[in-house]
Amino acid sequence: MTEIYPHKIESKDVNLYYGNFHALKGISMSVEKNTVCALIGPSGCGKSTFLRLFNRMNDLIDGIKIEGDCLIDGKNIYSKEVKIDELRKRVGMVFQKPNPFPKSIFENVAYGLRVNGISHKTLIEERVERSLKQAALWDEVKDKLKKSAMQLSGGQQQRLCIARALAIEPSVVLMDEPASALDPISTSKIEELIYELKSQYTIIIVTHNMQQAGRVSDSTAFFYMGELIEYDLTKKLFTNPSDTRTQDYITGRFG
Amino acid sequence: MIGILFSILGFIIYKGIGVISWEFITEMPKDGMTKGGIYPAIIGTLCLIGGSIIFAFPIGVMSAIYINEYTKHGYFRSFIQLMTSNLAGIPSIVFGLFGMSLFVNQLGFGDSILAGSLTLGLLVLPIVIRTTEEALKAVDDNFRQASLALGATKLQTIQRVTLPIALPNILTGLILSIGRVSGETAPILFTVAAYFLPKLPTSIFDQVMALPYHLYVISTSGTNINDSRAMAYGTALVLILIVLILNLTASAVRRYLSKKNNIN
Repeated sequence: MTEIYPHKIESKDVNLYYGNFHALKGISMSVEKNTVCALIGPSGCGKSTFLRLFNRMNDLIDGIKIEGDCLIDGKNIYSKEVKIDELRKRVGMVFQKPNPFPKSIFENVAYGLRVNGISHKTLIEERVERSLKQAALWDEVKDKLKKSAMQLSGGQQQRLCIARALAIEPSVVLMDEPASALDPISTSKIEELIYELKSQYTIIIVTHNMQQAGRVSDSTAFFYMGELIEYDLTKKLFTNPSDTRTQDYITGRFG
Repeated sequence: MIGILFSILGFIIYKGIGVISWEFITEMPKDGMTKGGIYPAIIGTLCLIGGSIIFAFPIGVMSAIYINEYTKHGYFRSFIQLMTSNLAGIPSIVFGLFGMSLFVNQLGFGDSILAGSLTLGLLVLPIVIRTTEEALKAVDDNFRQASLALGATKLQTIQRVTLPIALPNILTGLILSIGRVSGETAPILFTVAAYFLPKLPTSIFDQVMALPYHLYVISTSGTNINDSRAMAYGTALVLILIVLILNLTASAVRRYLSKKNNIN
């Protein structure tokens, strides 16, 4: 595929208001294809809200107002021609709390395919297997695909949610603190996974864990009070931040 | 509470068990309703339960889906909810009067299963709406978001995720409605119930006997009240048993579904 546009994901002077509250203040940044971008910052700084711009999950909230442009592959995803459910097929999302459906493991992964009108049995089976392999869960569940997903451990559930998001073949994956509810072993599995998925997907991950951001991401954005304070390569931002607020945050002086 | 329940049940069983027999539940009443059985009243009540649920359940569930999934928080939603509560507060005899005026006379259904079922359906509509609303509210928003984030439309999300998860609790509304429908006398008084009709209905435009009304008739306005006293307790017992069996069935289904969902 030829890349006409330089950036996979881009936001141009985005402002977002919850009623009168100005939650995102003129955010402009871009993420390159097949990289991992980490969003860090104290609670309430707007990083999750920013993440949710790109699959338009913020649209579900009453009384929200969004200004500016969000582009994926150079196209404004807030323009009138964009169908929200079409957009969400291209932009997968993994939530903070593992939220598999109370269905079987197989049906969880197949869900996205079915709602998108795919009903070919072997195609679904192939995709489910491939997605579970990509999410490093296949070996643990291949003998119990018909069992309820609710019986899996928290870490397995989260990898199932990743498999579910990958099954519809998105090009972008948004992750909202995907490991914050998990134990250290599950967390490291998820991190390895993110590292491997990078070759096929562009990933934006919100995290509270500084080490995690350092380990998995190529670029890091530091948000504070709804503003983008600093955005740079992860190595640069963590070793030599330009802004004192970034420095204070990553060294743990506030947040 | 449980003590009161069991003393009422015990009393009815003690007084009514003597007349319960195969003949009692399978034969027509005879000799001025002092002998024979209550078969047509049982069938009549089952028809009314079925008819009113067929009417009220889909409309009630769809209304609740509309209120909970489509309206936004605010005046409009509060207004609908207030009206639903008001509807639930209207005395059942008023529903009877309304049913007679609209279904029996205006729409020309006459005294019929159809008119009675619709009237009873209106009566239980608020119960179905309220319990379904609560059931939908109890579904974790994370499930809805997960579905939408996978590119599902709102309707697909409701059909494939929200409703299946809420279904066990929605059935609670159904159970409550069945109990209410089978016991109500006032709404069927002017719309369907027959004083004495020893034959089975052949269409939805027929009148039927119904257990609660039959109970009323043989207790207070029959020709030989003293002779039919025992049968009144027997009728009450059968009515309670029908409700009990239907409730047990519904709660077994409910339990099965919760287990399948594996979230409760």
